[in-house]
Amino acid sequence: MTIDTLVLIWFGLIAILWVGYFILDGFDQGVGVLLPFLGKDELRRRVMINTIGPVWDGNEVWLLVAGGATFAAFPLWYATMFSGYYLALFLILLALILRGVAFEYRGKRDDARWRKRWDAAIFVGSVIPATLFGVAFGNVVGGSPISPIETTLPGEANSLNYTGTFFDLLNPFSLTLGVMTLLVFTTHGAIFLALKTKGEMREAARKAALRVGVVAALVAVVALLWAQLYSGRVVVTLPMVLLAAVAFLGALAATWRGRDGWAFILTSLTIALAVFSLFVGLWPNVMVSSIDAAYNLTVYNASSQEYTLTVMTWVAVIMTPIVLIYQGWTYWVFRKRISTSMIPPEPQSGRADDRFAGASQG
Amino acid sequence: MGLMEALDLARWQFGITTVYHFLFVPLTIGGAFFVAGFQTAWVRTGNPRYLQLTKFFGKLFLINFAMGVVTGIVQEFQFGMNWSVYSRFVGDVFGAPLAMEGLLAFFLESTFLGLWIFGWDRLPKKLHLATIWAAAFGTLISAYFILAANAWMQHPVGYVIDPETGRAVLTSITEVLFQNTAVIAFFHTIFACFMTAGAAVAAIGGYKLMKGKQAEIFRPAVKASSVVILLAAVGLAITGDMDAKIMVQQQPMKMAAAEALYETSSDAPFSILSVGDLSGSEATHLIEVPGLLSWMATGSFGAEVQGINDLQEQYVATYGPGNYVPYVPITYWSFRLMIGLGMIAAVFALWSLWVFRRKRQPEEGTRLAKIYTAFATVLVLFPLLGNSFGWIFTEMGRQPWIVFGLQQTADAVSPLVSATEVWITMLGFTLVYFILAIIEVKLLLVYIRRGAPEDVVADPYADAVAAEKSDADKELYFAY
Repeated sequence: MTIDTLVLIWFGLIAILWVGYFILDGFDQGVGVLLPFLGKDELRRRVMINTIGPVWDGNEVWLLVAGGATFAAFPLWYATMFSGYYLALFLILLALILRGVAFEYRGKRDDARWRKRWDAAIFVGSVIPATLFGVAFGNVVGGSPISPIETTLPGEANSLNYTGTFFDLLNPFSLTLGVMTLLVFTTHGAIFLALKTKGEMREAARKAALRVGVVAALVAVVALLWAQLYSGRVVVTLPMVLLAAVAFLGALAATWRGRDGWAFILTSLTIALAVFSLFVGLWPNVMVSSIDAAYNLTVYNASSQEYTLTVMTWVAVIMTPIVLIYQGWTYWVFRKRISTSMIPPEPQSGRADDRFAGASQG
Repeated sequence: MGLMEALDLARWQFGITTVYHFLFVPLTIGGAFFVAGFQTAWVRTGNPRYLQLTKFFGKLFLINFAMGVVTGIVQEFQFGMNWSVYSRFVGDVFGAPLAMEGLLAFFLESTFLGLWIFGWDRLPKKLHLATIWAAAFGTLISAYFILAANAWMQHPVGYVIDPETGRAVLTSITEVLFQNTAVIAFFHTIFACFMTAGAAVAAIGGYKLMKGKQAEIFRPAVKASSVVILLAAVGLAITGDMDAKIMVQQQPMKMAAAEALYETSSDAPFSILSVGDLSGSEATHLIEVPGLLSWMATGSFGAEVQGINDLQEQYVATYGPGNYVPYVPITYWSFRLMIGLGMIAAVFALWSLWVFRRKRQPEEGTRLAKIYTAFATVLVLFPLLGNSFGWIFTEMGRQPWIVFGLQQTADAVSPLVSATEVWITMLGFTLVYFILAIIEVKLLLVYIRRGAPEDVVADPYADAVAAEKSDADKELYFAY
């Protein structure tokens, strides 16, 4: 394969990894955002957390793989983005640390204050990434101050660095994208909750999906139309964005009519179309410079070379279907809806006859 | 705020986050196999004690696993954050094993562990058992790729330098993945993981057994873990020896710095204890074993081992003017502490096998019991510290290089990340890590104290299948 084909494959693959991450961890984060609003009592909070309990960790791996794939295929993109968006990434990492530990630890002590703190960690640990990933994409697509500086490596591409500050990242366009991802993930999470629960919880989730969804639709239309100003090929991306809008409205209609499965497929489709439209509009750039188009990082100047990309293509071609099969199987295993009546009284330890009789021996 | 300042901070940050991450990793890797082993024993024998052990150590394993996962996320991204010039320089080579680790290992671990945690009543017994084995093998695959990536920093192979971009370009993935540096480092690290997890199981089990708490449950755990520790100790010694021999060929300066050997000598001694300043141009050793360093380095007691001063001259000739000597007090002591602390668990294992031999149960309150339980209380710290010193040795011993012979650490740091920014992230991570460490240790102690659950449900899956036929909602067997 030629290098031109290979960089196209890897640009596409990284887009797919981000789509996968946003669809999967997007609903995890949405559920986390909704936790204080729909989790009115301990039982309901536990229902919510248990809908994502078995799968959130596997979902988060999509982010790690997106990061690793970017490092392998486009090292200059990886290096420039993560050293440039430094403090934003730091906040995302802290948030993900707290959220991850919170799921595992919140039920490990029977203490209302303990659980409350971890609930706060889940909420904050969901709001921050849900917002900042949108902001980061806004800066990638809309451009950020990237220019050459003197470094120890020769070659112009190596010298391209992010020369702005943390606050340069918080420009109006990027913030709008950030609000969009927050609201769309929240809607997506509410729809996932409706799909995975029954009874009162499901009704509450559907109501939340419709309420947040209407606002999300408005913001998303504004943000994605705004993004067309930066798109390299509006002829393709504009129809994609319009389709995304139709899919999202379809999702809300399906929720209205109680068709949770269809609603979930449609919000997933919305996310996929929106993210793909950003990537299609970005090609062949991977990071746009707001200073001079000559300083853009592109698939050509930021990529690894032919041999590495070929090796990695084989690995991806073989492994991706296998991963999709076993992750898909997990969703099948945990397909049952959960209700408040199914939550065992004591977290972690399960059934009454399975408790820790040894506790008294301490 | 100059570049040097940001450089030093970035190095501190990498050291802190990596050593901290590696406190949880060996317990996860070794622990997964212990839990899988206990569960296999249960499935094969039907003896409920093994299920109780699975549940007990499984819970501790998960508390630890959560920390390993979240601290690992930082590892994936901090190369780009603080070491962007390094990332540009090595990405073509180093990125590949990292991406493979994600695709082959991270998905496997996280997905199957989710199935294992929540799947007790959703999967038939044997299939459920398979999920913990899949997760355990995922941890091994993960270790392999990351150690191959690290081995390339110690001994770069399978690459050329692109003259136009100055970047390393991969020419052979098999050389990178299967060079002896990677293979030996993998086995050495895995043995250390089994040693560490074995120490945790033996210490907890031995403590319970000595106190007579759930003795019949913990007895087999103590025996199994003691055997694992001893096997791991042998494995560590063999692979450590192999590692030393290739290190002399690939990074002679590191070996010389490990002994603070300034002058080239045949019949080079190995010192156990030293006094005074090791960072000068000669060292004062108190207790020495003559010829031992020569033997460790080459397999022959009389062989010549190059000293720091000679090597410095050679390196200047090869790489140009500069200081190529790592910080010797650190390399000297970390090397000894790695070996010394790492092996203490073996003493405990032998002692455990002896005192509990043939179903013996020493009386409570005796001096023996007191010393034993005190030893058990602190035991796991020794291999954990040994691991940390091992990493500190191998990473600091490579300095001033980040990739040996190709790129120096000072040239690798992100040029525009300010000292203030590194301060913010370093303090942020360190503070959160510190708080989480306290929480984690407290939780572990609570669950260790509780002991194994009594009367576990023998077959939650069969119960769930039976309940499926009735209409009523059945309680989940496990829920957060």
